[in-house]
Amino acid sequence: MELSPVNWTAGIINAFGVEPALPLLGQAAPTGFSLDFSQIAPNIPFILQGVWVTLGFTLVSAAIGFTWGTILSIFKISKFKPLRWFADFYTSVFRGTPLILQLAIIYFSTPQLIGYSIPAFQAGVITFSLNSAAYSSETIRGGIMAVDKGQREAAMSMGVAYPLMMWDIILPQAFKNILPALVNESIALLKDSSLVSTVGALDLMRRGQIVAAEKFIYFEPLLIVGLVYYIMVMTFTMLSRRLERRMRKSD
Amino acid sequence: MIRTEFLSKSFGKLNVLKDISTEIKKGEVVAIIGPSGCGKSTFLRCLNLLETPTRGRIYIDGQDITAPNVDIKDVRQNIGMVFQHFNLFPHMTVLENLTYAPLKVKKVPKAQAQQRAMDLLHRVGLEEKAEVYPSRLSGGQKQRVAIARSLAMEPQVMLFDEPTSALDPEMVKEVLDVMKALAQTQITMAIVTHEMGFAREVADRIIFLDNGNIAEDAPPEVFFSNPKSERACQFLEKVL
Repeated sequence: MELSPVNWTAGIINAFGVEPALPLLGQAAPTGFSLDFSQIAPNIPFILQGVWVTLGFTLVSAAIGFTWGTILSIFKISKFKPLRWFADFYTSVFRGTPLILQLAIIYFSTPQLIGYSIPAFQAGVITFSLNSAAYSSETIRGGIMAVDKGQREAAMSMGVAYPLMMWDIILPQAFKNILPALVNESIALLKDSSLVSTVGALDLMRRGQIVAAEKFIYFEPLLIVGLVYYIMVMTFTMLSRRLERRMRKSD
Repeated sequence: MIRTEFLSKSFGKLNVLKDISTEIKKGEVVAIIGPSGCGKSTFLRCLNLLETPTRGRIYIDGQDITAPNVDIKDVRQNIGMVFQHFNLFPHMTVLENLTYAPLKVKKVPKAQAQQRAMDLLHRVGLEEKAEVYPSRLSGGQKQRVAIARSLAMEPQVMLFDEPTSALDPEMVKEVLDVMKALAQTQITMAIVTHEMGFAREVADRIIFLDNGNIAEDAPPEVFFSNPKSERACQFLEKVL
């Protein structure tokens, strides 16, 4: 399913609806509002395999991003000022520049800088992890600050060490309070992962574009892609609701 | 057991404690009373360094805990504290609240920690609540669990910071009863309280703080019937 540069470009342009389809290879594209999935039916499994790629990006990036975000949030409340400066500067950079630019820099500059031709999956995971850490660190910091300071004092008064207190007492309460916000962040991450299609990773989005460009049928494959994203987000929302209910059992 | 020398604490320009020098002996029960803002909670919180003193020294069992090389975590294991707002860990059951610090800080074996926790819950009359979360308890029950949680570390000193101030009136007695029973044991207790009747009945000594100074330090029978300082007279007139 590899593409020549010419019809790949056409595919991109048309996928975003900039220009009407040009039947470069002489195939006649049907017009009008009729939906015809029969022509792309054999390609649907190819599109659906993108679910695993997209899920892989999202889960790995969320796991690394939230871990790094937690560490950054602890830097942000540290008494040691250079750690705070670092974390604040880090956040400002990743929030202050477009995600697609960050991805392009990591994907295209890594070979130039260190001579390592970075695979698209790695570049994507690194970018999304670093980026979502910046956003989630603010959320987590807010969650930590919202935990009653009496909790800290109770732990301290029994001689509990700071890292243990953070891990066992403060963070579990903080995460419970910010779970909805983190779910939001994960959903944004899942959808933003479609940006890896711009560096050639075969995720859901790019697979839709490939099929579209191959067959000169745009609406149907992209509609399928949209539907799959929607179902993934809905499933994810449902699972997180369930998790939230379980965590509320101590209330 | 506890000795302070010229203990002072300022918050910015506000001098909350001014050169407090006193001693609490082993097994003694001391009630610290005084008008609000007199520094009594701050004094108590200095004793386990939840507040860092601005000046002065604090000796626990002869050890200067304000010295720079002291690991305060070790000292705190030996000093239990009960707070006005209980501060139970809401995401843990009652039993987990009681066993957490013994398991994680003192590294007591699990079976032993649980056994001790159940004994303590029995002592405060809440054995049947071991598996519930704190949100299911009334204020009085929460405070009894909080007392048991502090005792689970087997401290030699217990600090009480207005333990009944956040309770509904009908729940005050159950907490005071637990504290009375505790006072009969050999544990050293320092209690910041507004419960004058309780202080009179249970304390061996009353420390009356006013404006960051010890205005009076006397046995309860002397303090309540024959106070020396004018400030204490005024205070007692209002509260008794």
